[in-house]
Amino acid sequence: MIKTRAAGEGARARQTWGDWFERLALLLVWAATIALFGALRPDSFLTWSNFATILGSQSVIVVIALGLIVPLTAGDYDLSIASNLTFAATILAVLNVNHGLPIGVAIAAALAAGLAVGLVNGFFVLYFRMNSLIVTMGVGTFAHGLTLWLGDQQTISGVSDRLVNAVIVDRFLGVPLGFYYALILCAILWYVLSYTALGRRLLFVGRGRDVARLSGIAVDRVRLGGFVCSGLMGAVAGILYVGTTAAADPSSGLTFLLPAFAAAFLGATSINPGRFNPWGTIISVYFLVTGITGLSILGVSTFVQDLFYGGALVIAVTLSQIVRGREERLA
Amino acid sequence: MAIALSHAEGGGRGGASAPPVLRIEGLSKSFGGAQALDNVSLTVRHGEVHGLLGQNGSGKSTLIKILSGFHSPDGSPKIEIDGRSVSLPVSLAALRANGVSFVHQHLGLLPSLTVLENLLLSDFAAENRWYVDWRAEARRARRLFERYDIRLEPTSPLADLTPVERAQLAIVRAFDEVTRDKGQALTRGLLVLDEPTPFLPAQDVDALFKLIRGIVADGASVIFVSHDIDEVLEITDRATVLRDGRVAGVFETAATSKAEVIRLIVGEHVDLEALRPAAKELAAPSIVISGLSGGSLGPFSVSLAPGEVVGLTGLIGSGYDEVVYMTYGAAAAAAGAIEIDGVRSEIASLTPRLSIARGCVLIPGDRLAAGAVASLSVKENLNQPVMESVSRAWALSDAKLARNAAALVGRFDVRPRDPAILFASLSGGNQQKVLLAKWFQTRPRLILLDEPTQGVDIGARAQVFAAIAEAARQGAAVLCASSDYEQLTAICDRVLIFNRGRVAQELVGAQISKPAIAEACYKIE
Repeated sequence: MIKTRAAGEGARARQTWGDWFERLALLLVWAATIALFGALRPDSFLTWSNFATILGSQSVIVVIALGLIVPLTAGDYDLSIASNLTFAATILAVLNVNHGLPIGVAIAAALAAGLAVGLVNGFFVLYFRMNSLIVTMGVGTFAHGLTLWLGDQQTISGVSDRLVNAVIVDRFLGVPLGFYYALILCAILWYVLSYTALGRRLLFVGRGRDVARLSGIAVDRVRLGGFVCSGLMGAVAGILYVGTTAAADPSSGLTFLLPAFAAAFLGATSINPGRFNPWGTIISVYFLVTGITGLSILGVSTFVQDLFYGGALVIAVTLSQIVRGREERLA
Repeated sequence: MAIALSHAEGGGRGGASAPPVLRIEGLSKSFGGAQALDNVSLTVRHGEVHGLLGQNGSGKSTLIKILSGFHSPDGSPKIEIDGRSVSLPVSLAALRANGVSFVHQHLGLLPSLTVLENLLLSDFAAENRWYVDWRAEARRARRLFERYDIRLEPTSPLADLTPVERAQLAIVRAFDEVTRDKGQALTRGLLVLDEPTPFLPAQDVDALFKLIRGIVADGASVIFVSHDIDEVLEITDRATVLRDGRVAGVFETAATSKAEVIRLIVGEHVDLEALRPAAKELAAPSIVISGLSGGSLGPFSVSLAPGEVVGLTGLIGSGYDEVVYMTYGAAAAAAGAIEIDGVRSEIASLTPRLSIARGCVLIPGDRLAAGAVASLSVKENLNQPVMESVSRAWALSDAKLARNAAALVGRFDVRPRDPAILFASLSGGNQQKVLLAKWFQTRPRLILLDEPTQGVDIGARAQVFAAIAEAARQGAAVLCASSDYEQLTAICDRVLIFNRGRVAQELVGAQISKPAIAEACYKIE
């Protein structure tokens, strides 16, 4: 995952060390956070069950954040991804609980809903040349309206045990399986972004649309792929969310949007600085939630969550701006 | 120069006592070793239209950019506006307060606003007005338009205006800005018109000239920057010619012939024959472009043999630079077809992607915005078109891609020889070498170039020429749009000179020389 730059002479050694520090800084900060809270509350914080909870409960945000970095790499925002999550979750619950359809069919329908949202986003952005920020905000709000209508504004509980078991109940090394699903998605995404021509095209489109077009890349097709991918990932997150809570709540999923953006941008400052990258993203999600969990164990009120996520987003964007500014000064 | 050098600066029409509107002495500017301006002086008398002439790269635009505060000059040149000494760089607001205003080639109008809003744009930019009396402003605008016989309605959206109406509006606005100034007895103004005419048809140029004469009669002075000798001879009183960053001469328009002006612009015959490529034995044409038209271009047709290098040139606005982008499918063409090795396609339905698949590549003039991604590494940019063939699309091998990039960087002598550094951190010449390497490795059949040595340092120019010659030797046909006559002389087997969208003259083989191309460009009626 970490590509060393072409080996330089001895003079470059210090720069290489600086590089490595920058790549791993977030991991170090995370470790320091764990050490700090561990020292303050060794009995409650430094327990395996606490970490298992942290790892397992955040798989939904991990999947959303991973979904975001695909269109972000191509230079597009997807603000609809959280409402897409609740939309898919509600469709799954309505079909499985209210209509008694098998869980497999309900999951397929949820994925199809995510795909449809992605296609609608892509259609408006690409066909009418509109700003992705506006389109996805509108489409997301529309999807949320559909969600409330379909689910009658109720939380639908009683979803099939098979899904709940497969996501949160069954564990491996004490950690719920949902975490491993997110990990597998992360690995796949990392491979696609780093080691396939498709991933490289995505990056070219995001960094220079005209260059990409003149270099023979089908820019619109690539961007549409980005929206479809984030749509599907939103649906996957919805399915995991239903599995985690055994119910479909029409609104609480919306609060995941900001943490996911914060993690995506914070992730772009580490591992492969300057680029949205899956491993940086997943580390950011867990770094942020570690901080929040630690503070709440210390007895700080719940508003700390907003302070943490909001602050992290702004700081992360500032840091990536500084990274970019430094690259430009090099020029 | 032997002719028409005027050193007498006094005695302008503003009366012996009036100082010149603008006096510049000892202006120099260099960009990283290249001397763009060398001890240039320029004097604009009160009430005159002063031409500023010169080829691309002669220093005209550098001079204008220094005057408008965009670049700082080297050293401390002496600059007086209306007899008052000013130090550069100055802000646009300060220039305006001194009565100097600019109309750039792209006019600086906002198409989504109305005529009146555009007229008041710089007011809104520079000062806080808490109340705008739109009706009074509209009345004032109507009076202004009437005075100069311009038929414009203040409330109409700019998008409805013809190109000449836009140019008129921009000029009137510039004049209005410097002469209206509240309460001050400032009726003298200096307007700098930077290439205002190249996109206008002949009768519209007349309308523009009428306007310029009108504002000069009302006390303004004008610097008229142009490529077009006929226009300069018609509208100016005097003119300064720049060549290679120096003043080649200053002449009184009425006493000077067109031939003398051309000689001032182009300079003495320099022996560039050594630069010329050896005459080639060309095979039958493998590429045929026919009936290409769109925008101001066409219809244009050309046949190219494998290994042939054909140059396209002309003055600004003649359409030569659009050919390569249209042929590639990067700019919209109305009609036309291209045949590469017997495979025919309609150009209107081409995309860059299809062009590449048919063996046609484009190296655009704007390297950073269109050629390569500045924020990615040289390696990533180099491998972009060949990822699937160098490695496998679904399992890219870092090692193979790095080897390919390292080999290309060596072969095209890109410095520093480190494929991992950012494209943006390279010099212009090395950036261009990367672009040539990026596309030439695909063994194209047709290479389209736009200004391939613009912003390329002298040392790298020869390498760029050699790379193009080598690609041609391997069987590629080359179509090169350029306004650099020396470069065309160095690489072309044939040069087509454009005027108003059509090929007006063709120079072949031994006919090609820097002065011959320049004369062909300027002499077109």
